[in-house]
Amino acid sequence: MRVAVLGMGSVGRGVLQMIEEKDLGISVTAVADSRSALINKDGISIDEVLEAKAKSGFCGDRSLTAMDVVRRAAYDVLIEVTPTNADTGEPALTHILSALEKGRHVVTSNKGPISREYSRIRSLAAAKGVQIRYEATVGGAIPIMHMLEHGLAGNRVLAVFGVLNGTCNFILSRMAAEGLTYEQALLEAREMGYAEADPTYDVKGIDPAIKLVILANTFCREPVTLEDVDITGIDLLTNDALRLAEEQHCTIRLIAEAIPDRGILRVAPRLLPLSHPLVVEGTLNAITIETDMAGEITLIGKGAGSVETASAIIGDLLYIRNFHAERHPKKT
Amino acid sequence: MKLEIKDAPGQLIAALKPISDLGGNIIAVIHQRDEKQRGGMLSVQIVLELPEQRLKELTRMIREQGVNIQRIGHERLLYQKAVMLIGHLIHTDLGDTVDRIDSTGFAEVTELNISMPAITQVSSARLVIKAVNKEDMEQAIAILRRVAREKEFLLVEPLEEIE
Repeated sequence: MRVAVLGMGSVGRGVLQMIEEKDLGISVTAVADSRSALINKDGISIDEVLEAKAKSGFCGDRSLTAMDVVRRAAYDVLIEVTPTNADTGEPALTHILSALEKGRHVVTSNKGPISREYSRIRSLAAAKGVQIRYEATVGGAIPIMHMLEHGLAGNRVLAVFGVLNGTCNFILSRMAAEGLTYEQALLEAREMGYAEADPTYDVKGIDPAIKLVILANTFCREPVTLEDVDITGIDLLTNDALRLAEEQHCTIRLIAEAIPDRGILRVAPRLLPLSHPLVVEGTLNAITIETDMAGEITLIGKGAGSVETASAIIGDLLYIRNFHAERHPKKT
Repeated sequence: MKLEIKDAPGQLIAALKPISDLGGNIIAVIHQRDEKQRGGMLSVQIVLELPEQRLKELTRMIREQGVNIQRIGHERLLYQKAVMLIGHLIHTDLGDTVDRIDSTGFAEVTELNISMPAITQVSSARLVIKAVNKEDMEQAIAILRRVAREKEFLLVEPLEEIE
């Protein structure tokens, strides 16, 4: 199977490293970052590309772009892992739609296009008889999409609850454990590299809300958008509140919740008993799925990280190869 | 609940035993000997606490003892939830906030713990609300949500009911 990788950030590099290390029978025929690209239909040397990127900041030829890769490279699956733009979904959206249009499968970690244009992307993929897979968009290494689509096939999903943002979970864990103020815990999260310089996206609950939209669109019949989510962040929480919660053997976590039958789509800090399975520590993510046959199932795992996200992407790649490769148009 | 039992030794015990068997707690037993009953029957009122969903089983067990249940009164304030409020709670009239719940008649604030670090800083409070049943509790929480929006404080709700 031949893949083209767009995006050479932490996720892109993790995917390339794992493809190189694990001998999965995957050949990389093109890579692109924001300012250059490299195309070779016989396969590129992953080591050389990673070294070039580390040395010069460019992965290849500066006269080539990501769109040249999408249009001209020889690949079966496009791996779209460029930085997310939640407002427009671009340029990832154009990359994804162009690849699908060409009859290529797409695997992405990019939340922007999947949360904003899911119906459009899904119907184009269906029309072209190819797969669009996005396991890496939600819950990092946790195989939540595979669980919903395959593991729990035939179940009716009644509700999904989750800790979907590692940054917020880290801040709340630290506030609870050490009695830190919100500002102190945020500072610590920044020092550890868990929070961006501008943490708005995480602490205001927008990032978990986008992930909730992606989840809901995967298991609900009615399509939803970010505007449908009732969002409250964690930035107003106090360590006093956490202490008062603790007195009742409870704590506070930022929970994303979708209950389709009751029209609930919400991200908000919630009180949970300390023994609750969703009370996970540090940057971990956790998701509880409630279904009619299986009852409750909770998955806990790493919500971010280069190799952890690569795990989700490679899971999608191998799923396509094992179950859908034959549906791909004949290669020349 | 109001029961009708025979005015004979052992009958009251027979009617009460199923309550403790089901893990219930008897709060009060009121005899009404002055009420004239037909055929030597006696009316007794029992106030009790029972784990959720067990009422049907209890009525079946009591009837099996040959005791007639005249009336089952409304359950009262047995459903409990703790919530957290964060913001300028005192300046936005905490008394009024509590009263919005208490004045409903179907839910009450039964406990309030508040922490006020400094005059310029926000306060944090834990409120325990009791209501008769789940539906009333949901209404009480909905009221609190509206008050929180109106007075611009943060309401942290439990994910599941906390005992």
